[in-house]
Formats: sequence, C-alpha cells, structure tokens
Amino acid sequence: MKENDMTRENWKQLCAAERFEAHFKAFMSPEGVQFATPAAERAYQDRVQMLKDVVQLKKPKRVPVCPIIGFYPFAYAGVTPEEAMYDYDKLGLALKKFHADFVPDSLAIAPVYGSGKVFDILGYKLYRWPGRGVPPTAPYQCVEAEYMHADEYDEFINDPSGYFTRFYLPRVFAALEGWQMLAPVTDVLELPFFGPYIVPIGIPKVQESFQKLLEAGRAAMEWIQAASAVDAATLTTLGLPSVFGGFTKAPFDTLGDTLRGTHGIMLDKFRQPRKLLAAMEKLVPIGIDLGVRSAGPQHPVVFMPLHKGADGFMSDDDFKTFYWPTLKAVILGLIEQGNVPYLFVEGSYNHRLDVIADSGIPRGTTIWMFDQTDMKEVKKKFGSWACFGGNVPVSMLKAGKPQQVKDYVKRVIDDCAQDGGFILANGAVLDDAEPANLHAMIDTGKEYGVYR
Amino acid sequence: MNPLVEAISEMREDDAVRIANEMLDQGTSALDILDHCREAMAMVGKRYEAGQYFVPELILAGEMLRRISDIVKPRLAEGVAVKKLGKIVIGTVQGDIHDIGKNIVTFMLDVNGFDVKDLGVDVPVQKFVEAVKEFRPQVVGLSGFLTLAYDPMKNTIQALKDAGLREGVKVMIGGGQVDEQIREYANADAFGKDAMAAVALARSWTT
Repeated sequence: MKENDMTRENWKQLCAAERFEAHFKAFMSPEGVQFATPAAERAYQDRVQMLKDVVQLKKPKRVPVCPIIGFYPFAYAGVTPEEAMYDYDKLGLALKKFHADFVPDSLAIAPVYGSGKVFDILGYKLYRWPGRGVPPTAPYQCVEAEYMHADEYDEFINDPSGYFTRFYLPRVFAALEGWQMLAPVTDVLELPFFGPYIVPIGIPKVQESFQKLLEAGRAAMEWIQAASAVDAATLTTLGLPSVFGGFTKAPFDTLGDTLRGTHGIMLDKFRQPRKLLAAMEKLVPIGIDLGVRSAGPQHPVVFMPLHKGADGFMSDDDFKTFYWPTLKAVILGLIEQGNVPYLFVEGSYNHRLDVIADSGIPRGTTIWMFDQTDMKEVKKKFGSWACFGGNVPVSMLKAGKPQQVKDYVKRVIDDCAQDGGFILANGAVLDDAEPANLHAMIDTGKEYGVYR
Repeated sequence: MNPLVEAISEMREDDAVRIANEMLDQGTSALDILDHCREAMAMVGKRYEAGQYFVPELILAGEMLRRISDIVKPRLAEGVAVKKLGKIVIGTVQGDIHDIGKNIVTFMLDVNGFDVKDLGVDVPVQKFVEAVKEFRPQVVGLSGFLTLAYDPMKNTIQALKDAGLREGVKVMIGGGQVDEQIREYANADAFGKDAMAAVALARSWTT
C-alpha cells in the first residue's frame, strides 16, 4: 500500500469497501517483512488471498485450514504452559516446532500467551495462570467477580476511562491499588487548580505503583520483542499469516465477563436494566476504537470472542434486547472502517441464527466461527451472506481416532464448503489433543478441500 | 397460587421480599415461608427445563431465596430436616476453575430435592476420593470447561476405582466440550449436555 493512502484525510474519503481493499492490500504485502524464500512469500500471499476470497464468499483455491489454537503447541513440544509464559526461548521453540510440523494456513501468534513476568510485577488478580493459582500444566483462566460494584454504573457511564483508572485497575492489579487516590485527568484545567491533581501523585503508595508500572513496561518490552521475533520467524519461513489483526468484545461480554461478572450482570438485567443498556451504549464506540486500533493499518481482521449470549445464557427476547443491539453496532462500526469482524461463537447459537442473519449486516464482510451450532442450519441461513466455519469437536481431536476425524472433516466440507466462503477449524480452543488427530484434520482439509 | 410462590416464580423480586416480610408479621411461621420458597424454586426449575427460563432467572431466584432466608432464619427454632432424594458430590476437576455450568447443575439438583455437596473448583483428585468416603453419595458429578479437564476427569474416576469406591457410585461428567467420546475416554457412567440431563441421570440412579 502506498504510504499516503492511510493518512487521516485520505482515509476519511474512502468508503467501507475501499477501506477493506486497502487493509487487504497492506495485509498481502506487509511492510518491513523480509521473507526467507520466494516460495514462502508466495505461500503467504496465497493464504491471504484464500482468506480474502472466503470473506467475500468466493471459492478460494481450496478451503483454508485455520485451527483455533490455545496452549496445545506447548503440550505437543513438551513445554509446560508455565514455561511458555516465563521462558520466551521455550515459547519460541514450541511454537516454531508446532507450525513446522503441522503447517496449518494460519499462525498461532505468540503474544496471546502473555508474559507471566509482567503479571507478577503488577500482581494481576483477574486471572490465575500456570504456576500462579492453577497447575503449571493448565492454561490461564479468568476469576469472575464483581470488580465493578452494582452501584457504580453512574461513575462508569459518566467517565469510563476515569472509572477504569480509579476503580477497576486498582481492584484487578495489586500494584495499582494506590490509583484509587488519583484524581481524574479532566481536573487539570488551570494553574491554580492543578494542585489537587498532582499532589496525590506524591503519595508514597502512588509513587510505588508508578515504579511498578515502569518495571512492568520494561518487562513487557523485553517480552514483546521476543514474542514478535517468534511470529516473524514462522511467518517469513513458512508463509503463515495470522488470521487475527486485532481484538474487541461485545459490550455485554465486556461488562459481564470482567467487570460485573455473570452473577452481577444477570441481576442487573432485572434490577437496573436502563443503566445496563446505557453502559453498553457507552461501550460501543470504545469497542469499535479498540478493534480498529488493535488491528492497525496492516491487518483487516478483528477477533471477537462471544460468551454470554449463547443458547441457554438468556432468552431470545433478552438476546434481542440486551446482547445483540450493541454487538451489532460494534460489528457495523468495524465494517465501516474496512475491518472484518471475526466472531468466535462459543457454545451453541442455534436459537440466535435467525436474529443475526436478518439483521442487515452487509454481505461478505464478516467471519463467523461456530462450535456446537448445527452447521447445516448455518449453511442454510448464513451461506449467501457471511463466511463461516469451525465445528470440528475438540473432544474428537483428543479422544478420537484419525480415521474418525478424517470422515468428520469430509462431511463438514461436503455439507458446508461447496460454494466457498468456508474456513475449516476446530470448534473450541485447543489446549489438548492427539497429534495424529490434529494432523488428520489439517491434512484432510488441505487435500479434500481443493476446489475443482 | 400463594402470592409468595407467584412473586418468586414470576421474577418479581421486590414483591417477593415484601410479601415474605408481611407474612412473617402476620404470624406465618418461618417454616411455612420456606416451604413456599421451595415450591417456588421447584416451579422455576420446571420453567428452566421447559426452556422458558434461563441463567438470569436461576440467578435471580437464588438471590430471592437468599434474601428471604436471611429474613426468616432468625425466627427459625432449629434446622429443618427435609427428606432428600439422594446424595451427590459435585465439583470442577483439577486445573479448571470454571463454575458457571457447575453452579447451575448444583442449583437444579438442589431444587429437585437432592442433597448436593459442592466441592468447588480446581478440586484435586484426592479431595473427591475423601468426599466420597465421608459423604457416601450415590452420584458423583465432575465438571470441566477446558479440553485440559479431560485427563483430570479420567484420573479422578481412576482414583475412585483405585480406592475401591467406584462400584458404589455412578459418575456423570459435563461441561462445554464433554460428549460421548469423552465419557468413554474418562470411563464415566454418563455425560450430560445440560443441567436437565444431570437431574434426569441423578433421578434414574437414585430412585
């Protein structure tokens, strides 16, 4: 992409479809990347083209095989999740071995595993991670609680950033407890009124918190350099693009997962529905901005894991009232910027398909990855307007046999992939599997998924 | 229908708490109020089974029960012995701290008349073995959300066998990624897709 296409003024002139093209052009020829061989570069471009084709509901060369990978590469390479989060050499060895041995069409990127060292410095309380609250062999897991209290909606709605700074961060990071004493930055107006803002910064506990933050920042820099080098090595030698550029969340999940918790948000739905709806409205532009910024100019796809709107979590009416409207607004906002929302639909969504399919989201702009949703129904309802995929059971990848996986993959491709617009993947995040079964999934997808 | 039963089962929280207070003031015994609550919870469970209620309604029902119990408990002379259908030990297996699904199953078993001992999350194999020894349940429920819960499920069931306790209990497993393949892998007696399946299994094994 030409440098000036991305300048702010030019960008404003472009329509959504032109922005989409600009993103994919940059994704196809990433700036500053030196491929090891011309073959690797061609393989990379082929894979990006397959992704673009499926998003636009065309038939690609073949079905792209983009498994959704959790901590599995480490189990495969004999490295514990704890080591992966603390020893970046081992992180790199395991991920390089995994990609070289399995050669999927996408990269399991290193930064998602996080740095245990950074979290240790900050005393992160929102998660337990391997060796810190869960066994060294377990993946990191969120500790649900009411980090935002039921009576704090007004503070949140009035100033979400201020709320995060002075209420939320001090609760989830032990090292930032002192930030409760900070004043809002919007207090800083004129010389005579500057005191109340700057004086709390001098309080020893606040000083300590900033020292810790600086320390964490240094550790994060060391980590991201190591993690980026790991990804670059695989990208440039094998030609594997990451499917994800950035990430964001559904407003209901943002509040329900890590602020109010499931218990809290479900009670809010009854006790203070207007405030819940207002808080979610507030999160729409914030969610769009996060997605666009985290994807950056070189990658179109924004990962969105969907949690608490699944079948069973709420009635269809509640889904239509509380979950879907603000999620849809975030999706539309991303599309407007030329981004491609990648909806990772955990659990089952059989009751939600009609609502989503009828919602007026433009054709050929989104990716929907399903787990236990009925794929024939998805094909029927989504086939003509959105790329979709997923569904290979992780239980089968762990406890099944290669022939069984092979048969299953063929059936999914027969049922769903005939017209293009399909990505082969496992249904849920993969932390554990038999290598022969994962090989069977990837190899069958590549062989059987060729369009003739 | 009794107004308290109606208010709880219709999700009218403020009414439910007000009516419970009024009943207490008018001389209804604490025991009777709790009986109404039990009746209401059973109705909530039925509506959940019928696909009319979902997670939010179960959570609010639990919350109403907690608030009303707090009000009437001081008036309760002693603990009430209710005849239970059977005893169940339940928990999320080692290495996994997810509990939304497990809590729903516990709630549904409880409102359906089972005596449930919930061991919490990240429960070590040995803790399950000890709980089975002490509590003597007819049913053990193992929950797990992660693919990495498969082996701990298998190991827990093996440990029950090694301790000579496997013959005496039925083991059911459940969680987002649990299916027949994993039931076979873990050597469980059955798996359940949802809380209704757990209740049906527990009933079939205890009555």
